[in-house]
Amino acid sequence: MVGLHKSEFKNPVIRWIDTRLPIFTLMQAEYGKFPTPKNFNALWNFGAFATVMLVAMIVTGIFLAMNYDPNTGHAFDSVEHIMRDVNFGWLLRYLHSNGASMFFAVVYIHTFRGMYYGSYKAPRELLWILGMVIFLLLMATAFLGYTLPWGQMSFWGATVITNLFSAIPFVGKAIVTWLWGGFSVDNPTLNRFFAFHFLLPFVICAVVFLHIWALHMTGSNNPTGVEPKTARDTVPFHPYYTAKDSLGIVIFFIIYGIFTFYFPNVLGHPDNYVEANPMVTPAHIVPEWYFLPFYAILRAVTWTITIPFTKIILIEAKLGGVLAMFGSIAVLFALPWLDRNPVRSCDYRPTYKKFMWALVVVWVLLGQAGGHAPDDHVMIFGADLGFTWVVVAQLGMLYYFAHFLVVVPWLSKHEKTLPLPESIEAAVEEKNRAKGAKA
Amino acid sequence: MTRLLTLLFAVMLALPAFAHEETKYPHVDWPQDGMFGTYDRASLQRGYQVYKQVCSACHAMKQMSYRNLSDLGYNEDQIKALAAEVQVQDGPDDSGNMFDRPGKPSDHFKAPFPNEKAARAANGGAYPKDLSLMVKAREGHSDYVHALLTGFEDPPAGFKVPAGMYYNKYFEGHLIGMPPPLSADGLVSYADGTVATKDQMARDVTEFLSWASEPELETRKKMGLQILIFLGIFAVVMYFVKNKSGKA
Repeated sequence: MVGLHKSEFKNPVIRWIDTRLPIFTLMQAEYGKFPTPKNFNALWNFGAFATVMLVAMIVTGIFLAMNYDPNTGHAFDSVEHIMRDVNFGWLLRYLHSNGASMFFAVVYIHTFRGMYYGSYKAPRELLWILGMVIFLLLMATAFLGYTLPWGQMSFWGATVITNLFSAIPFVGKAIVTWLWGGFSVDNPTLNRFFAFHFLLPFVICAVVFLHIWALHMTGSNNPTGVEPKTARDTVPFHPYYTAKDSLGIVIFFIIYGIFTFYFPNVLGHPDNYVEANPMVTPAHIVPEWYFLPFYAILRAVTWTITIPFTKIILIEAKLGGVLAMFGSIAVLFALPWLDRNPVRSCDYRPTYKKFMWALVVVWVLLGQAGGHAPDDHVMIFGADLGFTWVVVAQLGMLYYFAHFLVVVPWLSKHEKTLPLPESIEAAVEEKNRAKGAKA
Repeated sequence: MTRLLTLLFAVMLALPAFAHEETKYPHVDWPQDGMFGTYDRASLQRGYQVYKQVCSACHAMKQMSYRNLSDLGYNEDQIKALAAEVQVQDGPDDSGNMFDRPGKPSDHFKAPFPNEKAARAANGGAYPKDLSLMVKAREGHSDYVHALLTGFEDPPAGFKVPAGMYYNKYFEGHLIGMPPPLSADGLVSYADGTVATKDQMARDVTEFLSWASEPELETRKKMGLQILIFLGIFAVVMYFVKNKSGKA
C-alpha cells in the first residue's frame, strides 16, 4: 500500500476515498477536531459571514450574468429586464447589490476585529497581509460591478476612478486610454469591466483559501491575545464553533434580509436608475457608501507640492490625492511592523484602545466628508458650523495617517500595558467569577 | 461585547444616512408604504388613465408592456383592448415593407416620439424623460413626484421666468420646461366616479408611477415576511443548538 493514506474512517466508501485522497481526514483535522480558543466573542463570527457572502455573491452573480448584456446600448435595459421579466430576477439582483454592502460591512468589522485584538502580530503577519490582498481585490471587484448596470453613477464613477491613473506623470494619459480601450468610458470599457468582474471573485476565492490555510497554520487569535497553552484553553471547532457560526449566520441573514426585502435601494443612489449619459454630469458624483472614507482622502489633498522657493511642481494635487488614497491602504499592509508591542489585545492596552476608537470615529467622519461636496458647509441640525467638508476630510486624513505612522509606533514602545492573564482558561474563570459576583 | 457590537452596527448603519442630504417634500401616506403596504388597485387604474390621457403625450415608459397591466387588476380581454388602442409599427413583412398593426399585450408602451431629437424638437428643446423608473430615480421618490406635480405656482416677486419655462417650487433651480400638466380640476373624467381634483390626479398618477418603478414590491414584501419569520424561528432553534453543544 505504498503511497496510500492510513485512514481512520470505518465507512468503506469514505475509507476508499480517504486512503486515495485524504480529504475526509483533512476536514476532520481542520474543521472537526481543530483546537480553537474557547473564549471567542461574536466578533469572531465575521470571518464565517464573509465566506458565506463570497459564496452568495458568486451564486447570485452567475445567474445575473446569464441575463445581463454588457453592451452600452442594452446594459441598463437588461438590468431592468432582470428586475421585471426574469423569474425572481429582482430577488437575485437585490441580493447581489445589497450583498455587496453586506460583504463590505462584514469585512470592515472583521478587519476592525483584527486591529482591536492585535490579530496581525507575529506569527500572523502573512495572514493579515493576505486579508489585505482580499480587501483590495474586493474593492476592485465592487467598483467594476457597480459600473455594469450602466446608470449615471456607474458611468461617472467609472470615469472618475479610471481618470485617477491620468495623475501618473508622463504615462498617465496613455494608461487611461489603454484601460478604457478608447478615448472615453465606452463599450470596450464596459465589456472588459464585465469580464474582470466575473474573473476577480475566483481570484478572491484562491486568496481566501490561502488566508484560511495561513489561519490554520497559526491558529486563531482570541480576545485576550494570549496564545493557547494547554488543552484546557481550547475546544474542538466542531460542534462548538460550527454551532455558534450557524447561529451567527442566521442572525446575519436576518439583517441581510431586512435590507434586501424592505430597503433594497436605501444604500444605493437614485441617479443609478437614470441611464448613463456621457453628455450630462450628475451634480455630485459619489461612490457607494463603503468607498466614501477613501473618496474623502482622495479629495482631501487640495495643494500642490513644489520644490521650495521655485515654481517647479513636484506632486500635483491630483497625484497627491491618489497617493494619499493608496497610501491609506498601504499603511494597513505595514501594520504588523508599525506595532511591535508584544501585547496584542486592546483589552490590555488602555491607551491604544482609546486611539482605536478615535480611529473608528474619524473613519465615520471621513465617510461623511466623502458623501458631501467638498465645498459644502458642515451643518449639524441645520446649524452652519462655518467650515467646509474638505476641512473635515483633511483633518480626518491627518489623524488617519498620524494614527498609523506616529501613535501606533510610539505606543508600541512606550505604552504601559495591563498584566496579561496567565492563560485563556484563567481569563475565562476570572470573567465567570466576576459574573457570579454580580449575580 | 454586545454593547461593542451594537455600537459597531450603529456606526455602519449611520454612514449611508449621511451620504446625501435630505430634501423635504410634503409627506403623503402612500398605501404601499410600510412592511405590509400594498398598491391601491383603484388608484393604479385611475393613475394609468391620467398617464394615458395626459403624460403619455410627451413621456415614454419604455420598460413597461401592456401585459404588465394585469397587475392593476385588468383581465386579459381588457388588456387586449387597451393594447389595441394604439397602432404599432411592425415588420418587415414578406415583401420587405414595414406595416402598422393594432398593439398586442406583449408590446411595450408606445412612445410618443420616435427618438430623442424628435422629442426635443416638439418640446422647445427640452427632453421629456422616460417615466418607467422616475419614482426610484429621484430623492424623495413618490413624495417628490407628487410634490413636483402639485408644485407649480406663481414665481416670487423678482424671480424672472424666461419664456417657455415654468416656476415649480419643488424642482431643483425652480425652472422647469414642463408646463403644469395637471392644470385644472376635472382634466380627466374618472370611470369610477372619483372626483378628479388636481391633487387626486397627482396622487393617482404617482401611485401608478410608483408601481411602474417597483412592480415587484408586493411579492418582495410578502416573501420578505415569510423569510424573516422562518429565519426568526431558525435563529431560536440554533440558539438552543448552540447552548446544547456546550459553552464555548
